[in-house]
Amino acid sequence: MTVTTEGNLGTPAKTGKTAFKAERAAKRKDLIFAVGGLVVMAIAMTLLLTLIGDLVIRGLARVDYDFLTNFPSRKAARAGILSAWVGSLLVMLVTAFLAIPVGVAAGLYLEEYAKKGKLANIIEINVANLAGVPSIIYGLLALGLFVYGMNLGKTVLVAGMTLALLILPIIIVSTREAVRSIPRIIKEGAYGLGADQWQVMWNYIIPAARPGILTGAIVGLSRAIGETAPIITIGALTFIAFLPPPPVTGEFPFISFEWLNAPFTVLPIQMFNWVSRPQADFHTNAAAAGVVLMMLTLSLNGIAIWIRFRLRKAHRN
Amino acid sequence: MNISDIQASKTAEISIPVDASDLPPPIKPDAEQETLRARLESFNFFYADGTQAIKNVDMPILDRKVTAIIGPSGCGKSTLLRSLNRMHDLYPGNRYEGRIILEPEGENLIGPAANPVLVRLRIGMVFQKPNPFPKSIYENVAAGLRVRGVKNRTVIDETVESALRRAAVWDETKDKLHGSAYDLSGGQQQRLCIARALASNPEILLLDEPTSALDPIATAKIEDLVQELSKSVTIVIVTHNMQQAARISHRTAFMYLGDLIEFGETDQIFKAPRHPRTENYITGRYG
Repeated sequence: MTVTTEGNLGTPAKTGKTAFKAERAAKRKDLIFAVGGLVVMAIAMTLLLTLIGDLVIRGLARVDYDFLTNFPSRKAARAGILSAWVGSLLVMLVTAFLAIPVGVAAGLYLEEYAKKGKLANIIEINVANLAGVPSIIYGLLALGLFVYGMNLGKTVLVAGMTLALLILPIIIVSTREAVRSIPRIIKEGAYGLGADQWQVMWNYIIPAARPGILTGAIVGLSRAIGETAPIITIGALTFIAFLPPPPVTGEFPFISFEWLNAPFTVLPIQMFNWVSRPQADFHTNAAAAGVVLMMLTLSLNGIAIWIRFRLRKAHRN
Repeated sequence: MNISDIQASKTAEISIPVDASDLPPPIKPDAEQETLRARLESFNFFYADGTQAIKNVDMPILDRKVTAIIGPSGCGKSTLLRSLNRMHDLYPGNRYEGRIILEPEGENLIGPAANPVLVRLRIGMVFQKPNPFPKSIYENVAAGLRVRGVKNRTVIDETVESALRRAAVWDETKDKLHGSAYDLSGGQQQRLCIARALASNPEILLLDEPTSALDPIATAKIEDLVQELSKSVTIVIVTHNMQQAARISHRTAFMYLGDLIEFGETDQIFKAPRHPRTENYITGRYG
């Protein structure tokens, strides 16, 4: 009788001396792999910690109230990042507002509604590839399409639209993953009650996929907040000493969307600008802006982890 | 009859919560008095890859009786059950052939005019593994009503209670209706799933090996429940467990490799099987 199996997770079962040798060889392989992995991880972590440490040592002392509330200035000691972080915030707002609904809808459509076939495959491959397109290409696209083609100017709106395009694939892919991970028996249970596709999606799939969708959205946003290349390409200003008009006004109708059409700068660009100056004091400013940017990114990621944890607990299965 | 008509009639029907005691007395177990609830006629089923899982099955399903489908793994018993509420429509490429007639209207559930969603509104299902939704106990039972657009709070409250009572899980859940359904034990979860199916007052209740994931005590409770429910609702149950079929069903169908080998009164099937295959199976020679 012969038995053929494919794949063997244990050591090959043999007897006597060969068994001992085989076992020792397998243990040695495990050890080599574990040590190798540890070394690679240590190198990566050291590099990362060095970078962060360097930034913090050089910049942290510069981060104070004035730094956050001053406009940029020709004098390094008086320069701040007010217009930059407000710009970043507004651009993120537009990005989130555009990318999350569109990305989630696209992901749900592809996973639940689209007929599986050639077209779906082509779209799937394209979405996956879009996630890997260099960000400056998105900048060029936006420059051609939004700034010149649609004549929207170099505004907060255009920056938000550009970054939304950039993170759309991330949100689509993570939405699909989240939907795919919902147990089949939950979906069948809902259909078994006589729910139609819309009810199943709205009342069962979206709530169950929410942690994954939110995580993807925040991972996308924290990528967008650090992007520089596409924003420079569409022509963000590097020196702005005023804020966009406020969204709330004293006169009727009390809400204004003028800020969408305002010129802007963002944190990474402010950093880039300061780094390219010759004076060492500006380099300290750049490091300080870097610290702020990093804290923003880390807190976004922190929120993502917290949401995932909270919702997983509520949806634990 | 269009969609809105049927949905409206469903809503009207379930707006009056039905308790077991409100229903007309069960029909006497005299053979002459048995009424037909549904019948399969030359029913065939093909999966998307072309395999024929059900071969030319003719079978009656009696009103307010338990019909058990038994047979070895892969014989098509779950496939048959899932055909009754068009679950196979959720996946592309599957094909039904023949007729599944729902009485007394004589409507063909797999005919070109039948809408799978409407079929599932009328035929409830409980699955092999308890699958409560990640919601509260209350919302789980109310889910079927919400699907049907019932908004009236009192109606929902009453229906949730009566469904939980009918599923014999009210005493264990009445103090934590708004707690997570996942805090219940496996057996309680399965009875909750039965309550969920009962809440929308199905014409037929399908049970797909409802006790295979449960311990013997929880299994006994479900079996008692099935017998009690059969006074008021038509039940079709698929089971691996022959003793279970013998204990709780009135009719038994024995399937083998997609064929319906034998169908008859449960006593007859287990005591005097007519077909040698049936005999081999129930005496444990294969399966």
